[in-house]
Amino acid sequence: MRKGLFLTMAAVLFGSAGLAWSTDGLRVFTAEGARRMEIAREQPQVPGMVLQTMSGDLEKLGNQPDKVTLIEFIYTTCPTICQSSGGEFAHLRDLLVEKDLPVRMMSVSFDPVADTLEALADYGALHEADGQYWTVARPQLPDLTEMLDFFRVTVIPDNWGGYQHNIAVLLINPEGRFSGVFNTDAYKEITEAVERASR
Amino acid sequence: MTIVLAAGLFALAAITQIWVAADPVIHVLVQFPLLGLSGYLLGRDRFIPGHWVGPALTLAIFFFLFWMLPRSVDEALANWQMHVVKFITLPLGTGLPLALSWKYLPPVLKGFLKAQCITMFGVLGFLYTHAPVRICNSYLVDDQIRLGYGFFYVACGLSIFWTIPVFTGRQTQVRRALQGTHLS
Repeated sequence: MRKGLFLTMAAVLFGSAGLAWSTDGLRVFTAEGARRMEIAREQPQVPGMVLQTMSGDLEKLGNQPDKVTLIEFIYTTCPTICQSSGGEFAHLRDLLVEKDLPVRMMSVSFDPVADTLEALADYGALHEADGQYWTVARPQLPDLTEMLDFFRVTVIPDNWGGYQHNIAVLLINPEGRFSGVFNTDAYKEITEAVERASR
Repeated sequence: MTIVLAAGLFALAAITQIWVAADPVIHVLVQFPLLGLSGYLLGRDRFIPGHWVGPALTLAIFFFLFWMLPRSVDEALANWQMHVVKFITLPLGTGLPLALSWKYLPPVLKGFLKAQCITMFGVLGFLYTHAPVRICNSYLVDDQIRLGYGFFYVACGLSIFWTIPVFTGRQTQVRRALQGTHLS
């Protein structure tokens, strides 16, 4: 009886420790939550990938020593949710400009084949991205997989010729570290994070 | 014979691996149960000393909970280590210890665990059909909702499956037992 109780207690401890470990102390239950927590903790250095912006210029990613870079992955042929998240990104731009925060905002396409420069420019025009504060860009095809892996963006084709992906606003701080992942409509949280990182 | 059957179910679970990346229903409601069942069969006719019943049941419950976490489901697709962990812990960490301990459990505890199980599937069903966000990055929102309905069906199925004996088999046993006392 004693022995059984002792062994059961040991199993409970083992099990609780395992569950606590697999949920980061009962805080994270989804892979997306784990991604956000790990990135905030580890703040990995962004590899020097080169993007092509909608104006055709080449720009090194996260190479803005004096400002924060905010990225949102998109694809311009998306009919519904990306348009609304594009709208949210535009609203975020308004808020940041109002606060006079130095930020580089980029909508980055993960479908660089379908998204031609023209398509990127159309998307930019639709959301009034000026190309300076906010630009629309695409990676070079060979970099795409590495880029999605690095930012832990999971893209899966839906059944309608489009994609679903874990859309979020990604923050690269002035030191070039990927240090934050936010919901696209978490304006207050993002603004505060930008303020903190800009200091 | 049981071992052959268990191996067969395990093989079947391995075959479903082809579809798990595309369909969460196949992953969670077909492959997981197949793996668990194959372990359960291995332990059905085996017996353990009394002091191992508690720890075996505890182990089974914790591994079960672990595999109900959306994060675990996602990670079993994202990296191969978790694949291996899945194929080991679902049969040997959940099914086997459950089978080993189940036959020693008092009826009240069995009933409690069954009720908990039904409730949990109901809650999961609600969660997956009503979550405003994508719970698994590896699956489409539509499939997430389909999985939610799947959980509902499992909850309904289990409650029917476990209540039928109350109206048929068990009662007959009780009646027989009562008749026995009258006769003697």
